[in-house]
Amino acid sequence: MARNRGIAVRLATWILAGVAVIFTVVFAYSYVISRNIILRNVETNAENLASSTVNRIDSVMKAVEKVPKNLAIFLEDFPYQYGDILRQIRAVVEKNPEIYGATIAFEPYAYSMNIRNFAPYFYKNRGELSFTYIPYEYFSWDWYQIPKELNAPAWSEPYFDEGAGQTMMATFSVPFYRATSGEKRLAGIVTADISLDWLQEMIGSIRIAQTGYGFLISKNGTFVTHPKSSLVMNETLFTVAEERGDGAMREVGRCMVRGESGFVLFPSLHTGKQCWMWYSPLPSNQWSLGVLFPKDELMADIHSLNQTIVWLSLAGFVLLLIMIFWISGSITRPLRALSRAARQMATGDLEIPIPDVKTRDEVGTLAGSFNSMKNSLKQYISDLKETTAAKERIESELKIAHDIQMSILPKIFPPFPDRTEFDVLAFMKPAKEVGGDLYDFFFMDEENFCFVIGDVSGKGVPASLFMAVTKTLVKTKATQGLFAENVMDRVNQDLSLDNESMMFVTLFFGILNTVTGEVVYSNAGHNPPFLLSAAGTITPLQPTGGIALGVAEECVYRSRKITMQKGDALFLYTDGVTEAMDEREELFSEGRLMQDLAPLSGKSLKEIISGIMGNVERFSEGVPQADDITMMVIRYFGDKGTNSI
Amino acid sequence: MSVRRLLLAALMAVLISPISGEAEELKNVVFIPQWVPQAQFAGYYFAQEKGIYRKHGLDVTILSGGPQSPSLDLLKEGKADFATLWLSTGVQARAQGLKFLNIAQVVRRSALMLVAKKSRGILTPWDMNGKKVGLWGEIFQIQPKAFFKRYDLDVKIVPQSFSVNLFLRDGVDVASAMWYNEYHTILSAGFDPEELTTFLFHEHGLNFPEEGIYVSEDRFNQDPEMCRAFVRASVEGWVAAFASPEEALDIVMRNLKREYIPATRVHQRWMLQRMADLILTGEPKGIETKLLARDYYRVATNLHSGGLIETIPEFASFYKDCTDDGAK
Repeated sequence: MARNRGIAVRLATWILAGVAVIFTVVFAYSYVISRNIILRNVETNAENLASSTVNRIDSVMKAVEKVPKNLAIFLEDFPYQYGDILRQIRAVVEKNPEIYGATIAFEPYAYSMNIRNFAPYFYKNRGELSFTYIPYEYFSWDWYQIPKELNAPAWSEPYFDEGAGQTMMATFSVPFYRATSGEKRLAGIVTADISLDWLQEMIGSIRIAQTGYGFLISKNGTFVTHPKSSLVMNETLFTVAEERGDGAMREVGRCMVRGESGFVLFPSLHTGKQCWMWYSPLPSNQWSLGVLFPKDELMADIHSLNQTIVWLSLAGFVLLLIMIFWISGSITRPLRALSRAARQMATGDLEIPIPDVKTRDEVGTLAGSFNSMKNSLKQYISDLKETTAAKERIESELKIAHDIQMSILPKIFPPFPDRTEFDVLAFMKPAKEVGGDLYDFFFMDEENFCFVIGDVSGKGVPASLFMAVTKTLVKTKATQGLFAENVMDRVNQDLSLDNESMMFVTLFFGILNTVTGEVVYSNAGHNPPFLLSAAGTITPLQPTGGIALGVAEECVYRSRKITMQKGDALFLYTDGVTEAMDEREELFSEGRLMQDLAPLSGKSLKEIISGIMGNVERFSEGVPQADDITMMVIRYFGDKGTNSI
Repeated sequence: MSVRRLLLAALMAVLISPISGEAEELKNVVFIPQWVPQAQFAGYYFAQEKGIYRKHGLDVTILSGGPQSPSLDLLKEGKADFATLWLSTGVQARAQGLKFLNIAQVVRRSALMLVAKKSRGILTPWDMNGKKVGLWGEIFQIQPKAFFKRYDLDVKIVPQSFSVNLFLRDGVDVASAMWYNEYHTILSAGFDPEELTTFLFHEHGLNFPEEGIYVSEDRFNQDPEMCRAFVRASVEGWVAAFASPEEALDIVMRNLKREYIPATRVHQRWMLQRMADLILTGEPKGIETKLLARDYYRVATNLHSGGLIETIPEFASFYKDCTDDGAK
């Protein structure tokens, strides 16, 4: 179960993480792009709204500006009488519905040498045309002083006119000049007052989304219109910024009063919401209009879209999660069943049914493979059982064969305890399998002692049978009283006969005359034995030139003769001694054997054999014995010899 | 009611009781500041609102000053017992034979200044040479004219109205301003202090103390103790107003609203902070209302040389020290 969760969780983690990354990237990209599109649209809309509003306002302002400008031109170019002036002012107020009041204010004594202040003023008083002379020293009032000092027409800051019932007004003033004694000098200022109620209405009617609005500030930053009426004519954008500690707002305000246009983030002073604001100046008087687009309201659609997307994605995630668990479950369920079956099989139960997987995918294939593996295993195990039984039988038979083989070699030492002229000792260490080494000794008659050592080619049962045959043949022939070479001839002939399996045996055959110490021997391709003289020299016996027995029927064997002195010994061996290998596959070799024999030559037979055996075992330590090791030693004592085994 | 509140109430009762005991003995006095009830006079309104005058045995009525009701006129007509006047106005009145006494020089540092735009190339006094400078009426012209003389400047004087619009529109290069008022109006039209060059007259050796409290000699002789009480209470009012400026601003804003005077709180806050700078000149930082003879003579001689007064009144006849020191 834990493994199942492992796969499902791993799948879910990686797939969902991948999907989440892809989704986030797509979502973020789409959000940024759509946000930018909206922002661009808002900017365009805001700019359009602002510029259309500015144009509407400015067309009125421009129209108003024309009236006093024309009057100023008239005053500069034409001589005028008192009546003309009053008529002109009256006409201006009467014929221009936007104009609330107008005056022509003269410089001190400019109208008449006797009159210091002369400023006849027509104005609308509750719809009725009224007239007065401006009663105060107007020369240092803004509406008079600013155009005078600037030598240019100018709009005043907005102001509340108490006489007109607390309406907000602004005055446009135009200086006019007259040439006296060739010098152009300021003669006075023509003004037109307009009520700004329409401005408040026009800008007040701007509604953007739910809470967006427009506002107007004067050249000094004073609020001319704003939905929050407590700001109007009371605060400037800069006092609000100071109150809020908002340096950014102050900077925007500075841009606005400088007559710049722009698109900025700006808080709604009405709701506190963050808005996008476009601001642009009124060309006529440098007042600045701002239109605010509440960010959250304009982004509401995209936000709700995003919300929907997020919810859909979450639902998709859940669905994906369920699908992943379902798919991984459908994969791991048969896997789990297979794993259970495998565990069961591991305990040796091959009868367990393999779960039936119907899918044709890898898991189905796996189940099929698993099933055939089980069947193969079953088959193999049953085969193995049979094979093992057969092998055991063969092994036991081989063991018996081996036992028989060993039993036909003389094993009782000393074999002839009553004969003191010589002594003989033989030793054989068979290799694992049934080997082909043989040795034998027996008396032909009272004086002549036969001894033989040989090695059959190959191993196993055939070799041992061949060896048994050879041994029997040698003994049979030898006891017929033949010469040594004749024994060999005969044995060779018999072995070569019908030898289809082409087996052969190397054989050393010798006859010791126990009275004289004379040894007649014939060697059929066997390792030449060593003569260990009583004096300590070691000499290999001269070869007799015969090849292994069983190879060629017509082969003729010869013999040689040596005489052993008292104390001399013959050391016979098979190639299991000299061809024993060490770990580097180096042979024990005849040279080493001779070397090792030297210090042993005077020792007892048992010491000689165990000494050489010990050396061979040390030499080939760790390397399994490949061939039978057989040694035989015969020492001649003569008639006075003593058995020293 | 918590134990603490009970204790507080008990303590208040003990403190208030002698005053409430003397309630019928409160002296009715009328006071008029020389301008509308803005933060320039926050201390007096605070003293009135918070019962500080009553604590000092006075029931004070504060009239609203301004262009329509100059404080000097009301003092002259006997419609007010106490009035604030600029020192120069006070000296001028005395020189004209009006028997008014200065009993406390509350504002000992001049707030009058000239402001110019760096963009118009005015960085030092000498840069004003040949430029158009807006100046208010005669009392406000003494310091600037002395300033021009000191720096040997030839400027074109343009009469300045109550607004700074002419300056903002570049109709003049230099404008007169009160540090606590018009200067902030200029800042509130979007100019940064770094864009402006300012010349505060008190930094140019032309420190003319401004508001002081005046009373007629007769009234003073009638009840000098009352005059001392008024001065003490007014000073206490100022100290209290500076200690809780937002509360003082609440009072100021309420009064301005009652008078239908458009006002913004940030402007009044600026004004109150500057008044603190101007008034808290004592050592250690506190209010010192003593008029110094050297300040007096600096103003008087300048008025005299400017032709605004013919004789310089005696300092001793002009000033009555109503501080605790002076009472001894």
